[in-house]
Amino acid sequence: MAVYINGKGNISPQKTWGDEPLLSSPRDYAGSKLECVQPDYTQFLDVRQLRRMSRVIKMGMAAGTLALREAGVAVPDGIITGTGYGCLEDTGTFLTKMVESNESALNPTPFIQSTHNTIGSQIALLLQCQGYNQTYTQRAFSFENVLLDCILELKDNPKQSILAGGVDEITNISHKIEERFGIYRQDSLSSLELFNSTGRGTLQGEGAAYFVLSGEKQNLCKVSLISVATFYKPGNHLLSDIEAFLKSCSLEAGDVDLVISGKSGDSRLGKEADLITSSLFPSSSTALFKHLCGEFSSASAFALWLGTRIIEEQQIPGIILERNAKRPVKNCLIYNPYFNDYHSLILLRAC
Amino acid sequence: MTLEGRIHVAGAGVISAIGNSADETLHSFRNNLSGIGSITLFDSIHRGVLPVGEVKLSNRELAVKLGDKKDVTRTALLGIHAAREAVQNAGVDVTKWRTGLISATTVGGMDKTEEFFNEFISDSKKGRLRNVVNHECGKTTELIADDLGIRGFISTINTACSSSVNAIAFGARLINHGLLDVVIAGGTDALTKFTLNGFNSLMILDQKECRPFDASRSGLNLGEGAGFLVLVSERVRKENNLHTMGYVSGFANTNDAFHQTASSPDGRGSFSAMQKALAMSGLQPADIDYINLHGTGTLNNDLSEGTAVARLFGERYPRLSSTKACTGHTLGASGGIEAVFSIMAIRHQCVFPNLRFENPIPEIGLIPQQQFEAGLKISHVMSNSFGFGGNCSSMIFSKE
Amino acid sequence: MEQLMADLKKQIIEALNLKHLKPEDIGDEQSLFVEGLGLDSIDALELIVLLQQQYNIKMANPQDGPQIFKSVKTMAEYIRANQPV
Repeated sequence: MAVYINGKGNISPQKTWGDEPLLSSPRDYAGSKLECVQPDYTQFLDVRQLRRMSRVIKMGMAAGTLALREAGVAVPDGIITGTGYGCLEDTGTFLTKMVESNESALNPTPFIQSTHNTIGSQIALLLQCQGYNQTYTQRAFSFENVLLDCILELKDNPKQSILAGGVDEITNISHKIEERFGIYRQDSLSSLELFNSTGRGTLQGEGAAYFVLSGEKQNLCKVSLISVATFYKPGNHLLSDIEAFLKSCSLEAGDVDLVISGKSGDSRLGKEADLITSSLFPSSSTALFKHLCGEFSSASAFALWLGTRIIEEQQIPGIILERNAKRPVKNCLIYNPYFNDYHSLILLRAC
Repeated sequence: MTLEGRIHVAGAGVISAIGNSADETLHSFRNNLSGIGSITLFDSIHRGVLPVGEVKLSNRELAVKLGDKKDVTRTALLGIHAAREAVQNAGVDVTKWRTGLISATTVGGMDKTEEFFNEFISDSKKGRLRNVVNHECGKTTELIADDLGIRGFISTINTACSSSVNAIAFGARLINHGLLDVVIAGGTDALTKFTLNGFNSLMILDQKECRPFDASRSGLNLGEGAGFLVLVSERVRKENNLHTMGYVSGFANTNDAFHQTASSPDGRGSFSAMQKALAMSGLQPADIDYINLHGTGTLNNDLSEGTAVARLFGERYPRLSSTKACTGHTLGASGGIEAVFSIMAIRHQCVFPNLRFENPIPEIGLIPQQQFEAGLKISHVMSNSFGFGGNCSSMIFSKE
Repeated sequence: MEQLMADLKKQIIEALNLKHLKPEDIGDEQSLFVEGLGLDSIDALELIVLLQQQYNIKMANPQDGPQIFKSVKTMAEYIRANQPV
C-alpha cells in the first residue's frame, strides 16, 4: 500500500513557504543558533486566537495550515505530532517563575501549554478535529514514530487524510544548557560553511514541518512515502540493518537515486554517514541539509520536506549537493543520525 | 481497524502509592486502603497542605533496590521498577523476539531538572549537567530500555494524562501489523514540584483527600508511579506455551476539541472514545463488567465523564470505580497503572473500591463500587484515560 | 474608583496579552467573558493571579470567578472591598 504526500508546510530557518523556487536564496547564519524565519501569523489566525500561543505553537499551527491548504483538506481525520522537547519556552517560563517566586502566585497558562501534546491539540481545537490525536516524543525518533503510526493508520483505512508533523523550538535556556555540553560550534563561522570546515560541534536548529498523508492520491501529488525505520544503538549492525530495510522495500542500494544524509557537521560524529554514502551508495547522488536547518530532534521532518520538493521538481539545489550522480530522482532515501545512538531511514518515491 | 489475532497480556508490573508490586497492590485493594498522605519526599511550600499519593520509596531506596542507578531520575526509577516486574512476570525472553518498549511520560526527568534550575537561574554556568541530561521524556524510555536490554524499537508518547493508554494501543497495533512480536507498554511519572504547582495554579487540587464521583468532590490529588504490560502475539504465546492474563480487545483515541483544559459538558470526546473502543472489540455496553474510570475528582472531569458513561451505558451500568481515590492521579502513568488494575480485575475476578464516596453527583446519579469485591464474573473491563488538550482514550481488556 | 478601573484595564490587557485592544476599548460595565471580550476559564485563572500579584488579594474559590470577573467595575468593587489595608 502506498502513502501519498498530498500536502506539506514547513517553517524553518530558511524561507521554506510561499512561491519561491526551492532554496533559491539560502540564509546564512553566524553563531551556533539557527532560528526560524517567522511568517506573519495573522495570515493564518486572528490576533485573539494568537494571543496565548507561544512561538512553537504558532510555528506548528502555521506549518499545519500550509499543509492542509496544499492538500485541499479542511479538517483531517487525525493529527499526529512528533516533538523531542515539546513546548520548551513555556516549560522554562513556568519553571523559572516557580523557583523565583517560591511556588506562589503562578500563572497557569505556561503550565497548561508546557505539555508536549499542546501543538497537536491546539490544531485539533482550531479545526474542531475530533479524530485520532497523538504525540510522540522519542528524541530523534519522534517524527519517525509519527510516520510509522500514519502508515499503520492508513493501512487500516486508506481513505483517511492525516496531518503529520515534527516540531521543535530553540529557547535561550535550552541553548545555554546545551552549549555547556559542548555540542555546538564555538567558532561563529558562517552556517553555510558548516561542511567545509572541520570542527567540533554542530549548529542548534529548530523547525516545524507538517504533511498531509493519505492512502488516496490527490491530483497534484507526486511523492509517496514507502517506509520508515528506526535503529536505537545499532552498534556495528547499522549497515546490515540498512540493507535489510532496502530489501524489505524490494530495493537494492543501486536503485536509490538520492541519499539525503543528516550528518551534523561535527567532526567527532558522522563517520557512519560517510561510510554509508561512500560504501553502500557509491552510485547515488548525495545531499546534506543540517547547515540549513541545524540539528534538532525533529530535523528529519525538514529532510522529508526537502526530499519531497526535490522529487517534485527533479532538481537538487547546489547548496545541499554533496555528490552529483546526475540521475533523475525516483527513489530518495533519508538517513538521519542523531548523535551516537539514533539512526533512522525514510524512503520516498516519485509517483 | 480490526485486530487480526489476539494481542495477549503476558505480564504486568505496577508501582504506586498503594504498593510496590501487583501483589502488594492487590493486598491494599482487598483492605480498601488509600495511599494518599502528606508530601515527604521533597521540599515544597505545599507540604502539609496539599495531599499526594507518593510511592513509599525514596530515590535512594529505589536506586539501591534496582542496583547501580545513581543519578537516575525518579520517573525512570519508577519505570524500571514496574517494567522489570512485568517482564519477569511474563516469562518471555525479550532478547529472543522482535521486542519494543513504548512508554509514556509527561514529566520525564523534571525532578532532576528542578534541582538543576535552583542553581542555574542565578548563574547560567551553574547547576550540575548530569541533572539535566535525562530531562527529555524520550530519555526516560532509553533508561528503561537499556535496563531491560531492549535495542529493537523504542517510542515515547505524551498526550498528557491519556498517554499510557495510547502507548499500549500503539504496541497492540505494531503487533497486529506483524512488525513486533513482544511489546512492553505503559507509562511512568514521578511526582514533581513542577506538576504540583502547575495543577495548583489551575486550582483543581483538593486540600483534602480526593472524592471522585462524589457530589462533594472538589479536585484531585496528584500521585506517582508506573505501570507496564507485556503484550505478545499469538505466535509468541504458542511457542512459549504461555498462560496469559487476558487480551486487548479494543481501544480508541479521540479528541474532545472543546477547550485546552476542560472537557465538554456532554463528554463528546470520552463518549466517542468508549463507543469506538466497544465497536472495535465487537462488544455491546452490556458486555462490560467493570469500568475503571478516569475519575480524577475534579468538578469538570467527573461530570463530563459521568454524563458520557450514563449516556452510553444507560441505567443498567456496570460496576465502576475510580482507583485515583487510592493512588492519586498519576498523570501520564495513570493509563498504564490502571491497565494493570484492569488485568488484575480479570485475573482475580474482582473489582476495586472508589474510596470516600458518599453521595452521587446529582446531575447523573451514578453510584460507584465502594468496597473491594471478589468472586465476581469479570470478562470484559473498560479503562478510561483523558487528558489536557482534549485527548481521550479508552481501552477494553478481555478474559482469555 | 475611576483610577482603579483605568489601572485594571491596562493590567488586564497586559496579563492576557490582548494586543488588539486599548484600555479605552473596554467599557467599565462591559462583560469580560463569552459575549463581551470573549475571555475563557483560563483567563479567569489568570485574573485570579493578577489580583494576587497586583493587589495582594488571594481568592480561594475559583467558583467565585464568574461573579467577580463580570466586568472591570465588579472587579474594582471586589478589590475595594477586599484589599488588605
